Amino acid sequence: MKKTFSLFLLFSLAFTAMSFQPTNTGGGYKVGDTAMDFSLINVKGKPVSLADIKNAKGYIVVFTCNHCPYAKAYEQRIIDLHKKYAPMGFSVVAINSNDKDVQPQDSYDNMKKLAKKKKYPFPYLYDETQEVAKAFGATRTPHIYVLDKNRVVRYIGAIDDNSEDPAMAKEHYVANAVNALLNGKDVATKETKAIGCGIKWKKS
Amino acid sequence: MSGSLKNDFTMKKICLILLIGMNLQVLAQDIPFIKKETLQQWINADSDTIYVLNFWATWCAPCVEELPAFEKLHREYSSKKVKVVLISTDFKRNVESRVKPFVKRKKLQSQVVFMDEPNPNHWVNAVSPEWSGALPATLIIHNRKDKYLFFEKQLNYETLEEIVKTIL
Repeated sequence: MKKTFSLFLLFSLAFTAMSFQPTNTGGGYKVGDTAMDFSLINVKGKPVSLADIKNAKGYIVVFTCNHCPYAKAYEQRIIDLHKKYAPMGFSVVAINSNDKDVQPQDSYDNMKKLAKKKKYPFPYLYDETQEVAKAFGATRTPHIYVLDKNRVVRYIGAIDDNSEDPAMAKEHYVANAVNALLNGKDVATKETKAIGCGIKWKKS
Repeated sequence: MSGSLKNDFTMKKICLILLIGMNLQVLAQDIPFIKKETLQQWINADSDTIYVLNFWATWCAPCVEELPAFEKLHREYSSKKVKVVLISTDFKRNVESRVKPFVKRKKLQSQVVFMDEPNPNHWVNAVSPEWSGALPATLIIHNRKDKYLFFEKQLNYETLEEIVKTIL
């Protein structure tokens, strides 16, 4: 009996370990995949990982940048999401993956300025090698991935259905996804598409 | 007598002003607002014309960079059943203040339209399920020949011409 139990424990541990392994079938994560953790520097030069965020029930990973008008249109909404949901365990983690040579406005120095000016309450991280964007499959800014506490991707897409005018937005996709996860429910709308600035990949 | 002559002169002046006004309107291209349905009509058109649908915005640097290639395609191939449509995805509030002046300044000759849909989630997949929504993006279609090519990247004239030549 004891032996069976240990065997069961071993199996379940192995299974748990397996399920926490990042899955990526190429072309980035799909809903249901487990995202990798990463270590990227914030605007103060300190490395930040998802695992560093205390009492996390999940994460709102936002690929964004400094210059893109769509990213700018969502700036305040991203801050508001963090202010509302970070105390409930869902922190925003913003990542800029744009290449500074292609888009000089998206340099690390300009990230620092923007974070200061807008008083970003969340980590704003610099994906200089673009490896994190590639692993996630992020293509545009803003491009959002809602992860649960095991880093399983539960939602990919837009923040809401009206980039131009927050007052006119009817569907708040990210908020709905986070609310569902907080209530232990399945996310209803798992994927949406939005127009955004293409991520500025390094010129090879 | 002198009164009618004066009237005649005034009429001519009015006609002249009207004519100039109309010509100016022809020069500064009007930008029609389109909905998903119009887009789908182009995508599904039973036509022997190649539709080159380019999604762009005035603020998108790589889009602005590739516009001359599409303009050249329009110049070289519009008589050979190739229709270039530049579909602006700018913010609606910027159509008058930014898109129209931009089109005028760059003297764009291809047809420019504005995508008047607030929620891209309703129409991005209609363009291509492959499209994530990142700009620039281009769809080249010839339904009668079953050609349907989608690109989520910047294109140059050589590539565009090669594709068009292959389809023609």
